[in-house]
Amino acid sequence: MSSHLITLSPLDLTIIAIYFVVVIAIGFYLKGRAGTGEDFFLAGREMTAWVAGLSFLSANLGSLELMGWAAASYQYGILATHWYWIGAIPAMLFLGIVMMPFYYISKTHSVPGYLKLRFGESSRALSAITFAFMTILMSGINMYSMALVMKVVLGWDINFSIWVSSLTVAVYVALGGLRSAIFNEVLQFFLIWLGALLIPILGMIEAGGWSGLSARIAQNLGNSSFTHLWSTLGSFTDNPMGIHWTGIVLGLGWVISFGYWTTDFLVVQRVIAAKDLRSAEMAPIIGAAFKMMVPFIVILPGLLGLGLLPMKLTGEAEAVATGGHSYNEVLPLMLARYCGPGLMGLGITALIAGFMSGMAGNVSAFATVWTYDIYRAFIKKDATDAQYVSMGRWCTIIGVLVSIGTAYLVMQFQSIMDYVQALFSFFIAPLFGTVLLGMLWKRATPAGGFWGLLSGTVGSIAMWAWVKADPSALRYIALSPNAKDMAENMYRGLWSWLICVGVTVAVSYATRPKPESELKGLVYGCTLIPRDEHVPLFHRPMFWAAIVTTVFFILNIVFW
Amino acid sequence: MQHKEIPIWFFIGSLLAVYGVLILGYGLYSLGDPTAGKTVLAELHADIWWGALLLIIGAGYCIKFKPSRN
Repeated sequence: MSSHLITLSPLDLTIIAIYFVVVIAIGFYLKGRAGTGEDFFLAGREMTAWVAGLSFLSANLGSLELMGWAAASYQYGILATHWYWIGAIPAMLFLGIVMMPFYYISKTHSVPGYLKLRFGESSRALSAITFAFMTILMSGINMYSMALVMKVVLGWDINFSIWVSSLTVAVYVALGGLRSAIFNEVLQFFLIWLGALLIPILGMIEAGGWSGLSARIAQNLGNSSFTHLWSTLGSFTDNPMGIHWTGIVLGLGWVISFGYWTTDFLVVQRVIAAKDLRSAEMAPIIGAAFKMMVPFIVILPGLLGLGLLPMKLTGEAEAVATGGHSYNEVLPLMLARYCGPGLMGLGITALIAGFMSGMAGNVSAFATVWTYDIYRAFIKKDATDAQYVSMGRWCTIIGVLVSIGTAYLVMQFQSIMDYVQALFSFFIAPLFGTVLLGMLWKRATPAGGFWGLLSGTVGSIAMWAWVKADPSALRYIALSPNAKDMAENMYRGLWSWLICVGVTVAVSYATRPKPESELKGLVYGCTLIPRDEHVPLFHRPMFWAAIVTTVFFILNIVFW
Repeated sequence: MQHKEIPIWFFIGSLLAVYGVLILGYGLYSLGDPTAGKTVLAELHADIWWGALLLIIGAGYCIKFKPSRN
């Protein structure tokens, strides 16, 4: 028996090879369009709403996102959909309608750059350094996980997967900057959809539609809780995730989701590159419309695996011990179930494209924050634009190499993987509090912004350490001793956001605010936001946001 | 977008059209191959209609976003 899951045919390998040739060709083609800092780091600020919107979504659609959430849906059922609906849609719409005008009108090049304008140098330094560190760490961890999956699924050598895919990303981003990253992300968006969409289509035909699938899952598991979104969230013990609806709504739907989608520069950078304010507002709304559909290619395959696969998938350790398959293999297993030569190559290309779009997002955001918010701010303030572009290119390559180093570090110390989601949540939730108050509250002062951000981050780390040292503290942090890791992350995010907001408000009232003249273009009430009454209804961001909101509510009710 | 640049949609169309030709071609070839069809629902010949769909989408994008000589 073969030691790996899938054997690729020459046709599949041809399809994968063509993909690599095209993404590198795009990088070379766009090299001449990345001569200035504005071109290299912000794609010349001339992206249309569609390009910015699809890239905004694609930068988040890594292959781990695809395979990880398919695995989560096999493990936890349809509850995993919350990370795509309530855990994304409201925040993306809020970014487009409420926050985008301030990011765009302030002409900032990054989220730390906005904090510099609003709160001063210390807040920028704190957020830039934590962002750069976390981005590279996440990039390395994703790289290692991807290579591990390629080894299990295809039998590819881990070193080969890591070096070939990451150096390809380094080449096309270093050559063409953000424009090249964005163009490739749009291409990857199409490949991800067209490569993965066949699984749910054929799966639903085999299962006999949604009612047939629900019946099979209920029969296999002995209960129907895996196909209901909200009805099992009344108690921590009634659902497989060990979570309560307050954690989903307040922790995930409010703090974690808003923190990620509105302040993580990895995704916000794509929208800042839009050609005008209306495109910048529309981009997250377009992204939200497609994000709402992602469960059909990610969650549904996991549920189909639960209903249709003859074998039972298990955790990684048990799979290794028994020679069986783990949850993480559900998407490749479904791919192998339905796709022969050609279609298999397209599906694997979709996974590789997902990995590369996520990594390109990480390195292009890292290069911008390092060059503008660390190098220019603290190391070399008087360099020329050409020197900053050169630094950006080197940063891209160095960022990829450090990511590769991190991947090898994780290979040696796999326990790092257990902590990374918690590490990421330390910074995201408080940052959202700081940016939100900065945009919506004139009275927030520079000292308030800095101390709020710092105390929220330190508070989050302290809560995490408390539970590590004394597991019984979970009943205070997550409101229940039965809460699981995901629930703990949600509640810790909520508390750290509240700490950040509380300290920002208290310190702001004790310190002197900036004069209103310095807040123009940065804060609600001091910024003239262009109105769109003269724009036809079908071109108004608010109209499309309302449509997306309506569909969002309908979907949640249908799968209640 | 501007500056006489080849639109990204043209790149996408070209890639999808090539993939469409390859997948559709294999699907048609395997119709006469008795060893093909080991996957579940192989009798639906997904490679033929999915390959044709890729080819149609790809060709459509190539035509609509063909780079202008001017």
